[in-house]
Amino acid sequence: MKRSDGRKPDELRPVVIKAGVVPNANGSAMVQMGRTIAIAAVYGPREMFPRHKKIPDRAALETVYALVPFSTTDRARPGPSRRSKEICLVIREALEPAIFLEEFPKTCINVYIDIIQADAGTRTAAINAASVALADAGIPMRDLVTSVAAGKVGKDIVLDIDMTEEDITKCDLPIACMLREKKITLLQMDGDLPVKDVKEAMKLAIKSCEELYKKQKEALKERWVKK
Amino acid sequence: MMLQNQYILNLASKGLRIDKRKQDEFRKTEVEKNPIDKAEGSARVRMGKTDVLVGVKMEVGEPFPDKQDEGTLIVNAEFSPLASPKFETGPPREDAIELARVVDRGIRESGAIDTKKLCIKKGEKVWMVFIDIQILNHDGNLMDAAALAAITALLGTKIPEYDGKMVNHEKRTKKLHVLFKPVPVTTVKIAGNMFVDPCLDEENIMGARLTVTTKDDGNMCSLQKGGSEPLVMEEIEKALDLAVEKGKELRKLVG
Repeated sequence: MKRSDGRKPDELRPVVIKAGVVPNANGSAMVQMGRTIAIAAVYGPREMFPRHKKIPDRAALETVYALVPFSTTDRARPGPSRRSKEICLVIREALEPAIFLEEFPKTCINVYIDIIQADAGTRTAAINAASVALADAGIPMRDLVTSVAAGKVGKDIVLDIDMTEEDITKCDLPIACMLREKKITLLQMDGDLPVKDVKEAMKLAIKSCEELYKKQKEALKERWVKK
Repeated sequence: MMLQNQYILNLASKGLRIDKRKQDEFRKTEVEKNPIDKAEGSARVRMGKTDVLVGVKMEVGEPFPDKQDEGTLIVNAEFSPLASPKFETGPPREDAIELARVVDRGIRESGAIDTKKLCIKKGEKVWMVFIDIQILNHDGNLMDAAALAAITALLGTKIPEYDGKMVNHEKRTKKLHVLFKPVPVTTVKIAGNMFVDPCLDEENIMGARLTVTTKDDGNMCSLQKGGSEPLVMEEIEKALDLAVEKGKELRKLVG
């Protein structure tokens, strides 16, 4: 089966990952998956304000995901929406298991993600960018978190769906994992799909994460390894 | 921090700068045209480490009651917490509002956009032009970077097709008519001397700031003074002259 943009079912969109794109931040990254572009910046570990939100035995992780107004076909109104608030939450929970938060008690690690162009798969691009940015900030981590979404178009399970496919897919299944220990940190699904297909979609998605994982590591090496 | 401020002040009193620039020298300025294809027009401007992205979106809406046959222009600035450790989430701060309003005035008052041409049906339907400023990294002089990006984005803007019911953002045919290229030049006063294009370290200790927007013919179309110190006539004249001279250079980058 040919996809609308000519990709094979398990083929990802062209991916570009770059670390260190926001000079002001302690760590940052840009991830481009097809037309979707996410920029993530990490500040911290730094002092927690307001102080009563301090956690005595570990760092608090705060994530903010935002669509910039001109990133979408119809202008997105600035400020948080119910959708973006939920995405902030699932991104945070996708990243938390990877970070040694207990190393920095009472502090705060802020992760800010701006989607400067949205063409489906913004939360997966956001997670990929955020985890590279965290590593770029030198925050100790168990592993990078890598994320991709699967869908089903016609009879085929397809990976990394774009906007045109998002309209015709039978399901949207974003997944994030820490590949070294094969641990899944984010799993969502909406649509209508038999169990067999869900399992297959998950397996395919995790497999293709390997390719993204490689690109994430390359981006970090590009920035930090002296030639 | 205090030491560095003192150092910058000492340099400034001799007309020198922390990054060795001349008083009338801009940082390396790069203009990238239309990086965001989902927007009707966009531009990214990097001035040294300052990085600003502007996108233009167009929608169909109702005109203002007092301007029945004119389209609307809305400028909005987001100080994303991604761009600086000083920025926080939440509603726009004073400085974000000031930035948006200064950029707005430069474009509006210069007459760069003929809003009458944006009327679809008098009293009912007009084009609304949203100019959104997104800061990606803040290292001072957001005014000039944002205004430069805004006019560049407008120049590259194509109007989406509208069939009376739906706006088709995928099909853009006509170019937005832009008559002038208003370009701002910001000058700050530190220790009695005037410097263009302040970096953040300079901005933090500046006494006063003057943003002057000029048109292609050298006419002024907006002024904005900032900072808590007063300026004297000679200083203002210096800033005005600099705006004309430096504005010409910046205008070349806009295209």
